[in-house]
Amino acid sequence: MSEKIRVTLTVNGRQVDTLVPPRLLLIHLLREELSLTGAHIGCETSHCGACTVDIDGRSVKSCTLFAVQADGGAVTTVEGLAAADGTLHPLQEGFRELHGLQCGYCTPGMLMRAYRLLQENPQPSEDEIRWGLSGNLCRCTGYQNIVKAVQYAADRMAETKEAAE
Amino acid sequence: MSEVATKEQRTADLKGVGCPRKRTEDARFIQGRGQYVDDVKLPGMLHGELVRSPHAHARIKSIDASAALALPGVKAVLTAADLKPLGLHYMPTLAGDVQAVLADEKVLYQNQEVAFVIAEDRFVAADAADLVEVEYEDLPPLVDPFHAMDDDAPVLREDIQYKTDGAHGARRHANHIFTWEVGDKDRTDGSFADAEVTVKELITYQRVHPSPLETCAIVASMDKIRESLTIYGTFQAPHVVRTVAALLSGVPEHKIHVIAPDIGGGFGNKVGVYPGYVCAIVASIVLGTPVKWVESRMENLSTTAFARDYHMTAELAATKDGKITGLRAHVLADHGAFDACADPSKFPAGFFNICTGAYDIPTAHVTVDGVYTNKAPGGVAYRCSFRVTEASYMIERIVDVLAQKLGMDPAELRIKNFIQPHQFPYQQCLGWEYDSGDYPTAMTKMMQAVDYDGLRREQAEKRAAFERGETRELMGVGISFFTEIVGAGPTRNCDILGIGMFDSCEIRIHPTGAAIARLGTKSQGQGHETTYAQILATEIGLGADDIMIEEGDTDTAPYGLGTYGSRSTPVAGAAAARVGRKIREKAQKIAAHLLEVAPDDLEFDVDRFVAKGLPEKQKTMKEIAWAAYNDLPEGMEPGLEAVDYYDPPNMTYPFGAYLCVLDIDVDTGQSKVRRFYALDDCGTRINPMIIEGQVHGGLTEAFGIAMGQEITYDAMGNVMGASFMDFFLPTAVETPRWETDYTETPSPHHPIGAKGVGESPNVGGVSAFSNAVNDAFAHTGIGHIQMPHDYWRTWKAAERAGHAQGPDQSN
Repeated sequence: MSEKIRVTLTVNGRQVDTLVPPRLLLIHLLREELSLTGAHIGCETSHCGACTVDIDGRSVKSCTLFAVQADGGAVTTVEGLAAADGTLHPLQEGFRELHGLQCGYCTPGMLMRAYRLLQENPQPSEDEIRWGLSGNLCRCTGYQNIVKAVQYAADRMAETKEAAE
Repeated sequence: MSEVATKEQRTADLKGVGCPRKRTEDARFIQGRGQYVDDVKLPGMLHGELVRSPHAHARIKSIDASAALALPGVKAVLTAADLKPLGLHYMPTLAGDVQAVLADEKVLYQNQEVAFVIAEDRFVAADAADLVEVEYEDLPPLVDPFHAMDDDAPVLREDIQYKTDGAHGARRHANHIFTWEVGDKDRTDGSFADAEVTVKELITYQRVHPSPLETCAIVASMDKIRESLTIYGTFQAPHVVRTVAALLSGVPEHKIHVIAPDIGGGFGNKVGVYPGYVCAIVASIVLGTPVKWVESRMENLSTTAFARDYHMTAELAATKDGKITGLRAHVLADHGAFDACADPSKFPAGFFNICTGAYDIPTAHVTVDGVYTNKAPGGVAYRCSFRVTEASYMIERIVDVLAQKLGMDPAELRIKNFIQPHQFPYQQCLGWEYDSGDYPTAMTKMMQAVDYDGLRREQAEKRAAFERGETRELMGVGISFFTEIVGAGPTRNCDILGIGMFDSCEIRIHPTGAAIARLGTKSQGQGHETTYAQILATEIGLGADDIMIEEGDTDTAPYGLGTYGSRSTPVAGAAAARVGRKIREKAQKIAAHLLEVAPDDLEFDVDRFVAKGLPEKQKTMKEIAWAAYNDLPEGMEPGLEAVDYYDPPNMTYPFGAYLCVLDIDVDTGQSKVRRFYALDDCGTRINPMIIEGQVHGGLTEAFGIAMGQEITYDAMGNVMGASFMDFFLPTAVETPRWETDYTETPSPHHPIGAKGVGESPNVGGVSAFSNAVNDAFAHTGIGHIQMPHDYWRTWKAAERAGHAQGPDQSN
């Protein structure tokens, strides 16, 4: 139990090389060791999604993944969502503009799931957004403004892409 | 003089009352920079874990912590035996009872707190908790509240077994907590004796849980050198926690610093003081190091503050043309093992006597019996004022039952019995004075918006098609016309632990015209940092963006009673408006001095004072703020600061008209909400964007409650709904789309006419959903269908109606 295992991963583009107990969950590595407290713990059973982060192009609930399972992976948390110069991601902008959050506890997980959803499907319908976010619970907003915020971000991202082409 | 912007432009620039201002708190939340209790990390911090009872009712024969203590990293294990010498094995509850901090000789509900392990990290603490050996002797559990006062019922509370006087009057059984009675019994009985029509129904509002996404948590840190105690916690009422901590710990109140940082939702769950908090505080005081305790989800659902569990027998008396002449109700209230309801002290059943709702009912009589069972304690208001959602559900459901018996349309019956606009302020027969309302206007607006008559025609057609075998769906239309009672409350009758339920605001305006304001409430997502600044901006004439709002730090905020029961806007919001007026009064004198005119010759114009008839003579509030620090009238104190403690003269009474349309597949019990329209009247609207967000959220909670939430117990008292696998929280997929609307009837006694809105959608929403499900089956004569209306229960209802058969047998 006490024997530690070495894990190497990148978190928000930063190289992390550390020794962890084999049973340490990724959420605890992020929150306790790396002081990235954006991802939250809401249920510890994979139901609520408050702990959602992005690993190698997939949304992952970090409360039910051992840190050692993330070895070699590239992890993005909500702290890594804005651009390096501080420019907010269109999703962050959308959540603020359209009142897509209240207490803020689900928000980091919701943003990271929405981030991956828009990579998978850049122009999702309302139903696709609702299904796409169905692994993330929110107790405050009733989801309607979250859906609008994701639509807002999808539109902004499409505009940016168009302008670039 | 530079050109002055138009009045409209200057008003818009303030972002004051009425502006859909974006939230100032969002910047930190969208970037992962919120600061919640579990984010607090202090040097040398230890972690606590509770050992909990697997039994609902058992005697503790022995506790052996030796194996736990032998585990490396374990610092201590606390049990009732350690707390007894300190007098802390029991703590007072908000309801006048006591609650075991750690079980003393007996456990009374599953997962009750038995021991507290303190270790160097949360993992070792959890390992050690498993190693604490507790030997139990099973006792018969009492699960059904209807048998709590049977002669042969097991005695649960041996600590008060022979106490015949409780906090709220006589106790007539060892498991009886109180009987609360209100209204005119004789007159009401008379109205039933003379009635042309009566209805009676047992309406149950099941045990549910507020379940905020963040669980309850605390970090207690005793500094033995400074003799001061710092407590970070998920507290909806931080000042009350400070006072309770001082009374319990003996640490003087000025040496206790309570900080409620960002809170991940509360909904009533974070009002009370829980055993985990007390254990962490005691551990920190004893060990002299910071101790953190964070609940797991299962602990949250199964031990901290449930809501409802009201079994309401409701009766209406009426004329045959539908005029209600009397209401009679008896409630059996299951409070669990300790009476830890969070109500104002004098109201053991909260404000349940709002149960005549929006109707002009001449007489009513209500009794509530509170009883103990082997279940978790609680009884908080889950996003509603105290017991208001129970009261509102009862009246809205029984009115529908009456409509059905009379063969009247439920909308028509409601309209016929509404309190009329000219009757306000309205003296209700159970003692309340409704401040303002215009119910017919709201109802008419709702009915027109949804084409109510069209919906009823469609329903009739669909029923006919069902009879012809062309569809297997039934359509339900549910109305809810609710009246809330929020904003507790006047100190003459509302207190928590003897402290009057006023609230407060203090503002300091700095020389540059930027300001900080602090209040006695605590946001848990409601957006106080945004909306209070809007109230102050309009009152003072400084931009909302220049006013920082701070709550939750008892060293800096003025004393207040916290946020629950939709009291922030009605009470602290009023204090904010009044503090603004105090500032304006002083500012007017300073402006008069600067302009060399009499104060009365000045008038306030959005963001400045202007001399009447001399528009070139004016001073902006920013200029006045600067002058407050260097150029004052003779004898005036420097500075521009004020504080206000507001004791409201009355509650506020928000109301609304909701309508739900749903379709039920009788073969699967599945229901699909096709439309939900919510019209709210919360008086003056401070921030329409935030109001809409509050309504969306409250409706979603109401949907969860009405359509699936329930904390159940099996016959042995095992809790069955203690994870998100078993306890229904709606996802984005099943959550309906919401349509919102409003009317605006200001409160006459609130400084800006605002009434509060956060809880209305939960209160009003539940009835609309439940009435819609019941309405779908109304023509079948199966009677009232109990919540929650999950697919299974709905399918059972269809079965009772003779409709539930497989599709293959439908012909």
